[in-house]
Amino acid sequence: MIVLNGRDADVSPGETVAAVLARLDLQPDARGVAVAVDGQVVPRAQWQSFLLADDARVEVLTAMQGG
Amino acid sequence: MMSGARETREPPARAGRAEGSDAARPAAGAASDALTIAGRTLRSRLLLGTGGFPSLAILAEAIAASASELVTVALRRVDPASRGSLIDVLSEAGVELLPNTAGCYTARDAVLTARLAREAFETDLVKLEVIGDEDTLMPDAPELLRAAEELVDDGFVVLPYTTDDPVLARRLADVGCAAVMPLGSPIGSGMGIRNPYNIALIREAVDVPVVLDAGIGTASDAALAMELGCDAVMAASAVSRARDPVRMARAMRAAVEAGRLARGAGRIPKRTYATASTPTEGMADF
Repeated sequence: MIVLNGRDADVSPGETVAAVLARLDLQPDARGVAVAVDGQVVPRAQWQSFLLADDARVEVLTAMQGG
Repeated sequence: MMSGARETREPPARAGRAEGSDAARPAAGAASDALTIAGRTLRSRLLLGTGGFPSLAILAEAIAASASELVTVALRRVDPASRGSLIDVLSEAGVELLPNTAGCYTARDAVLTARLAREAFETDLVKLEVIGDEDTLMPDAPELLRAAEELVDDGFVVLPYTTDDPVLARRLADVGCAAVMPLGSPIGSGMGIRNPYNIALIREAVDVPVVLDAGIGTASDAALAMELGCDAVMAASAVSRARDPVRMARAMRAAVEAGRLARGAGRIPKRTYATASTPTEGMADF
């Protein structure tokens, strides 16, 4: 099962990071967004090509107010 | 918006050495009294945190009132339900982003968060926070130093939130941090500067800018930081959680400028007994 931001996600293995972002209504050119898979940064340039394994832990992060 | 040009890095120990960081001799005119951190020039010596504001509108007003050019942001999970426009607000304000690693308890998490922030915000700046205790939010010194070293080696401009320990501050500067950000007192406590002597010692201990971070409660705390020789002050909760955040932002701006001027002007020594400022010569004999 692929875990997206701490929750089991309805994402199939072999889908790309970009496909996951689309489920969050995020376009590939979304500003202020970063993605980590299994504790590693996935650069924006790889979002379209990076394929997720079936136990991938995906974190999709963005700017939030903070000190 | 400041120049995003990345300076050619010198050997680590001197990376980000501040021109004019010797606060003992600040220039008199505000225009020529800019602060330089790793090649970035800041006319304002007030950094603003964005956390805790009642709304994005008030945040925008407070940024304008503070005249700050560098503001912190955090990195958190995307919440599809609430698509705020923080990035748009900050972009509109024309400020540069200083991503933080707030909430990280290990060097590993802080380094990864910094790398994600670099991807998200296209900046090599990072306010490095590695927390060691959840009640006091005090930094974890060994983890902080390890993370700082790793991020400097990876090309980041590292501004570490640190304790008021002059030795740790020097170690952070030695590994190539572009500035040090000692706490005055615990984050959000509003207790001001609990150990002013240590803050003054830190100013002597390092060649990089010293930014007083955490603990500021009101304007006089910010003025004191500058009088002690700090090169800048970072205020967050003191502004965002004030009854009138916009007015407090203006107060902080004035306090930082006043403290900076006073530091440059050179205060009189403290004495136990009075010294008359009016001459006794020429007194009438009644």
